[in-house]
Amino acid sequence: MRSASTTRVLLIALAVVIVVSFLPLGVSGYILGLLTIAYYFGVFAMAWDLLFGFAGEVNFGPTFLIGTGAYTAGILDNLYQPPIWLCVAAGALAAVAGGVVLALPALRVRGPYFGLTTLVAVLILQNYVVVDAPLTGGEIGLTIPDVITISDAANYEIALWFMAVSGAVLFALSRSPVGLILQASGQDAVQAGALGFNVTKHKLAAFIISAFFSGLAGALMAFYLSSASVGTFIDITVGVQIIIAAVIGGRRTILGAVLGAIFLIAMSELLRPLGDLSNFVVFAMALVVVLLFPGGFFGLLTRSKEHG
Amino acid sequence: MAEHAHLEVDGLTKRFGGLVAVKSMTLNVRAGEILGLIGPNGSGKSTVMKLIMGIERPDAGSVRINGTEVAGWPSHKIARLGAGIVFQHSRPLHRQTVLENIKLALLPDKLTRLLADPQTDERARAIAARVGLSGVLDRRPATLPFADLRKIEIAKAIARNPQVLLIDEPFAGLTSTETAAFSDLICELRDDGRAVLLVDHNVKSVARLVDRVLAMYVGERIAEGTADEVMRNETVRRVYLGGSIETAARPESSFRDRTTPFLEVTDLNVQYGKAQALQNVSIHIHAGEFVSVVGLNGAGKTTLFNAISGLLPYLGDIRREGTSLRGQTAATIARNGIVQCSEGRNLFTDMTVRENLDLGGQHLPAAESAEQIAWLFELFPILRERQKQAAGTLSGGEQQMLTIARALMMKPKLLILDEPTLGLAPVVLEQISKALERLRQTTDITVLLGEQNVTFALPHADRVYVLEHARVVWEGAPVAFAAEMGTGYL
Repeated sequence: MRSASTTRVLLIALAVVIVVSFLPLGVSGYILGLLTIAYYFGVFAMAWDLLFGFAGEVNFGPTFLIGTGAYTAGILDNLYQPPIWLCVAAGALAAVAGGVVLALPALRVRGPYFGLTTLVAVLILQNYVVVDAPLTGGEIGLTIPDVITISDAANYEIALWFMAVSGAVLFALSRSPVGLILQASGQDAVQAGALGFNVTKHKLAAFIISAFFSGLAGALMAFYLSSASVGTFIDITVGVQIIIAAVIGGRRTILGAVLGAIFLIAMSELLRPLGDLSNFVVFAMALVVVLLFPGGFFGLLTRSKEHG
Repeated sequence: MAEHAHLEVDGLTKRFGGLVAVKSMTLNVRAGEILGLIGPNGSGKSTVMKLIMGIERPDAGSVRINGTEVAGWPSHKIARLGAGIVFQHSRPLHRQTVLENIKLALLPDKLTRLLADPQTDERARAIAARVGLSGVLDRRPATLPFADLRKIEIAKAIARNPQVLLIDEPFAGLTSTETAAFSDLICELRDDGRAVLLVDHNVKSVARLVDRVLAMYVGERIAEGTADEVMRNETVRRVYLGGSIETAARPESSFRDRTTPFLEVTDLNVQYGKAQALQNVSIHIHAGEFVSVVGLNGAGKTTLFNAISGLLPYLGDIRREGTSLRGQTAATIARNGIVQCSEGRNLFTDMTVRENLDLGGQHLPAAESAEQIAWLFELFPILRERQKQAAGTLSGGEQQMLTIARALMMKPKLLILDEPTLGLAPVVLEQISKALERLRQTTDITVLLGEQNVTFALPHADRVYVLEHARVVWEGAPVAFAAEMGTGYL
């Protein structure tokens, strides 16, 4: 029953990424576009899983971090047109700063209150974006003048390799001593404290790391879409989709979150002919997965491997 | 530093709301010494331990570890200064192996340590060998027996080489062989020069091990000395020892429903897979009667009660006032007045005492509910004092009283009590016992009590059944029990 070694999982994942990186040779730009979005979603979901699956904190506001990253990068580009990499870096840093401001007080409260605090943060950000329309584009959305590249294939590769690197870092972290302490803090904070671990420090670190990757992914995705709107980056439903992706992918697995994200995006595309019904069907399927396979896709994969 | 006791506690006080859990507690444990901190449930001994470890913040007083004042520090700092705790309930990481669980305790509190020290593995294995876990290093905790889970807790606690070691109820749930092995281990830890504080219910369980004993009662120290001295102490004896057994059984012929008893269980059989949990069990209870079912753990008491409550499939017949209960749902049976207080207590711990009671009286009209609560407060005066407190903050005995009181809010015809004394200290038993006695004398309630503790089960009973290995092996009056069964059972 030993779980597969960290290096082995990373090697298998790398092999899959390399194979998938040849997709632009064979599939249409439209599908590449979908996958590009799915990969960014995968990073959102992985970052969320680090907080929930390991630190044990349910963050209902992943979009607070993502939105902060996306809008910071976009607004900066709108106002001053610095190099794009600078906008992206600023987006990631802003998400970290926002994450710290949110987490410091939120981590002091216990249980469901942390989740509620993060939920309220999303609403505040959403309202701010709507109200400060001259700066943020308000309800219409923010147009971002620059793009990294207009090539579908290049955008696809950027998203894919960004996801691969983020996944490798988050996964390695989750399997490291720090990941172990995080799990202990998440499961039993009293005991972790009695073993000499500063629980708040570790949870805060997890929040910062989660915020960094969320903000970075948000900023990159904003440049890919060359726009940012409340509906794509901040709305509560986006956050819920991220959470569903992480859970059906397999919580506490980090990498499973990517499978969940691709599943969600692919499904809503395949079911598009159903019109308004499509979201309903996707969510119903997610519910079935959560109820029948609490280990998620990744849990199913690793389980069959262990038996075989 | 040699002149310091390793652990010095002085004037330590902790209040929870209006309840003073620990009152000006003073104790010292020297290096190479084991101090037993004993006290009945609710005496505050576990709170003392949590205060020392920084899990709860003291309201007043001082805690010094090797001369350093740590009162009010967060627990991770106290841990790093050299204190370790073995919790009563083991809560290992279930997705990790035993070895990884021990390694966890060896990790530094640093965010920058992304790779474990290569020596960590070796040290974890050495600790595992010391506590006797070498054979199961690669197993997951869920697959291990209880004693091994306790060993994991000890291993984690000693991984950081603490100079002060706190152990909560070291032998709870262990067999006598396991207890002996554990005692040896604790002695070794003392002989390494550590200060060890053992917390337990009674002196007997730790007498062999401790150098000194300190007895607590309702937050205060009542005695200190060698195990013998404390056991001889008058106050301690009064707190721990209840009165002698007196029985007040009413003869069976005095009940009016002699021909058709209120509840009649005939040839009851229950299987759990291949195991026979009950075999041809027949018992009956008259209206207004107090019947005790006595039996050791695993004899089938809970199974019998669950069958009566409609929670289990069974063969045989259970009749209430002549009508078979077969086919009725558990909810119907309970609503019609057969109410079970299960072993687990099942209180709503975040709700107040009053809210728990109100919930039990949901189906009653408001006036009747208020009347019932007033009556219950007379039966259990302590609940009146505690009514605004969350149920989870009550001591074990108070929780048990609340459980019984909540069941009584449903105005049961038959009250089934499953092991109400589980884990309770003698002084609490006496309080519950008195309440049951008043209940018996002032109401016409019918009670079916399941107990291991004979001294608790006999005094109130009109009749006694002895359940052994799924069968009723004896039935009779409590006076006859001592003569016919007593020597074998006690």
